[in-house]
Amino acid sequence: MGVATLTLVLVWALVARMIFDSQSSIDRFGASFLWGSSWNPNQDVYGALPFIAGTLTTTLLALLIGVPLSVGIAIYLAELAPPWLKNPLSFVVELLAAVPSVIYGLWAMYALRPIMADSVEPFFKSFLGWTPLFQGDSIGLDKFTAGVILAIMIIPTIASVSKEALMAVPDSQREAALSLGATRYETTRIAVLSYARSGIFGAVILGLGRAVGETMAVTMTIGNANGISWSLLDPGQTMASLIANNWGEAQGLQLSALIEIGLVLFVVALIINVFARLIVGRFMKRIPAAGGGL
Amino acid sequence: MEDKIVTEGLNAYFGQVHAVKGVDIRIPRNAITAVIGPSGCGKSTLIRCMNRMHEVVRGARVTGEVLLDGDNIYGSQVDPVQVRAKVGMVFQKPNPFPTMSIYDNVVASLRLNGEKNWKKLDEVVRKSLRLAALWDEVKDQLDASGVSISGGQQQRLCIARALAADPEALLLDEPCSALDPIATAKIEDLLFDLKRNYTIVIVTHNMQQAARIADFTAFMYLGELVECGVTKKIFENPDKELTEKYITGRFG
Amino acid sequence: MNRYRYRRMKNNLASALALACVVLALIPLIYILAGVVSKGAPAISWEFLTQRTKGTGEPGEGIGNAIVGTLLLIAYASAIGLPIGILTGIYVSEYGNNRYGATIRFFNDILANFPSIVVGLLAYALVVSYLNVGFSLIAGSFALAIIMIPIVANTTEEALRMVPNSLREGALALGVPRWRTVLKVMLVNGRAGVITGSLLGVARIAGETAPLLLTAFYSSFWSYSPTEPIASLPLTIFRNYNSPSEALLQQAWGAALVLISIVLILNVSVRLLMRNNRRRSKAVKRTWKTRLSLKV
Repeated sequence: MGVATLTLVLVWALVARMIFDSQSSIDRFGASFLWGSSWNPNQDVYGALPFIAGTLTTTLLALLIGVPLSVGIAIYLAELAPPWLKNPLSFVVELLAAVPSVIYGLWAMYALRPIMADSVEPFFKSFLGWTPLFQGDSIGLDKFTAGVILAIMIIPTIASVSKEALMAVPDSQREAALSLGATRYETTRIAVLSYARSGIFGAVILGLGRAVGETMAVTMTIGNANGISWSLLDPGQTMASLIANNWGEAQGLQLSALIEIGLVLFVVALIINVFARLIVGRFMKRIPAAGGGL
Repeated sequence: MEDKIVTEGLNAYFGQVHAVKGVDIRIPRNAITAVIGPSGCGKSTLIRCMNRMHEVVRGARVTGEVLLDGDNIYGSQVDPVQVRAKVGMVFQKPNPFPTMSIYDNVVASLRLNGEKNWKKLDEVVRKSLRLAALWDEVKDQLDASGVSISGGQQQRLCIARALAADPEALLLDEPCSALDPIATAKIEDLLFDLKRNYTIVIVTHNMQQAARIADFTAFMYLGELVECGVTKKIFENPDKELTEKYITGRFG
Repeated sequence: MNRYRYRRMKNNLASALALACVVLALIPLIYILAGVVSKGAPAISWEFLTQRTKGTGEPGEGIGNAIVGTLLLIAYASAIGLPIGILTGIYVSEYGNNRYGATIRFFNDILANFPSIVVGLLAYALVVSYLNVGFSLIAGSFALAIIMIPIVANTTEEALRMVPNSLREGALALGVPRWRTVLKVMLVNGRAGVITGSLLGVARIAGETAPLLLTAFYSSFWSYSPTEPIASLPLTIFRNYNSPSEALLQQAWGAALVLISIVLILNVSVRLLMRNNRRRSKAVKRTWKTRLSLKV
């Protein structure tokens, strides 16, 4: 069935085309593109650094917030939930993944942003304001907010794969711990979590992969500023949001540079996803409630 | 001397399935009691009721009383966690924690209780592994993973782990059924030594094993306790005809 | 406090925390759904659903062309994506127990989680740029098809995998040619998997915005031509989300409501279908067995 190969071939062909299209940008900037820090269409100078940094920042923040929550959810669903609640609740968590990204963005703009600007950010500023991370005004359209919405979006992914990993731990392990007189929490800690740690790690990498490529919600919350700054309260830009924001009007060298950014994103996403797939192996669940839309 | 474990009117259910029916059994202290019977007769379920492991399964429940030194472990104020710390269990398939070393496996229960003094821990490791007849074989590889040793050794590790918790009684659910004859012999020997200080209940589908090592034997059939008594009597001169039929191999 | 009480306390605290995580995650979901419904419902009217977007915020606008656009995109994308996805799934499950099949499976899984904006770029590179079609419906559908394929392939493969091998062996032993067995097995047992896969795929691509941004762009007009830009629900939201015009913003919320309704209905249907399938597949297995044994 050569049809199956067709997809593969096609994808590689497209990549080749992408490289071709970004040729002028590659020619102009070479490898220094990756650490060039200014993006100036007026002067036709382009560098990827601010956006690589932006992607890194938002992704890291998303993981910081999202992973503990996801593991907590996974533990609840796998170990603590009463049987009648387990399936419906799992379904609802997966439903979080079905909500299209653009709707997350819309909601973030009008519901999350005020909360961030009026409550959360001043809170952090009040006792962490001396660090470079929390400088500047908090209008709510910044890397912090983008990180938060990103966290919400990757939770279903990490939680459901982690849940599968936890459920795959054989009951004999739990029995071993329980028979020693361990509490439920202790059993989960010593027998279940450690056994499942590679699966959970894989889940986190998958979440990372999703976060890196996430476009719409981030675009709508990050504030669209092309410079580098340390403060989470400053607006920023990720590789994906840059492309989304500038696609319509870009031409010539700028377009070529944008495509090159896309290429970088492609490579990063590929590496992450391959890594994740290798770790999680075949028990990686297929996309459960696939509505998504990045 | 009072018996260590006594059950009164013990019934155990898996949902609607009545697995243990009105069992009254007395387990004498510092002796080995074997529970024998054909597959599905409820013997595993019976001993799992003795350390409140039965109820861990969803939908399982227990009625009746189980007295440990006279106190009902199913009392309304009793926490199963504490019961399980007092009555240890070894399972059919060895289940050491794979992410922990041999050392950590043995002291798992002590760590749960907050013991940090490494001298004390070392001592417990030595003592428990000696009791489990495993010390000589693994003393140079205490850091190795709990699953890096053979099946028979893993099972002895599980026994050491259970003993390190300083239980008052030890329940073993067909501990040798997954092991080869040599490993089985080693475990039978160590159980024989252990009974001086521990009350032991062993479920076995191997009648010869019961005849070899048990002081007392209980025969169960279809969830009911058919007969219980001194091993010699059960095997040579049983009271019930059903027992005789089983012993002579006419069924099961 | 003695050690035991401390452990009990930690246990209860941990359980409470785990539950708190679940609640915390559900709050945004409920909040979003409530928000979309409350802000979007006022916009819905027959006129809203049938008029086209003009982008000016005058009364008389609607998202009719966006709805049609999304439907067209889905239709075209499915036309490409479904056959390829199903065939890939069949191949991997029936013939692919070798390294080659494993490779396909591997890449399929990777593609399934790939950032959709990159997929959009790929589609742009081929259709818009190379084939010089320009921003168009067909380019958008192409991108969406790429996203759809792994989903459909996965569910097809899983559905086929659930068919016990004894069925296939029985048929082969009776002398039925390989491709015919596959066809028969597919039609009976695989049907459910294909349907769930298609629905899941559609649910996913209905909400995709980024690839469309790069390929299909947008159109304020009623458009059916494959080579012209086309409106879509997600892009309607994106265009208007930070518009100062109250009417246009309202449009965005209304479009969001329509979109999320579609997505939710599809997802819930899939879930219900999956539950039915499990019950039915057991019954089907029984009938297959009797059918085969009668022949022998």
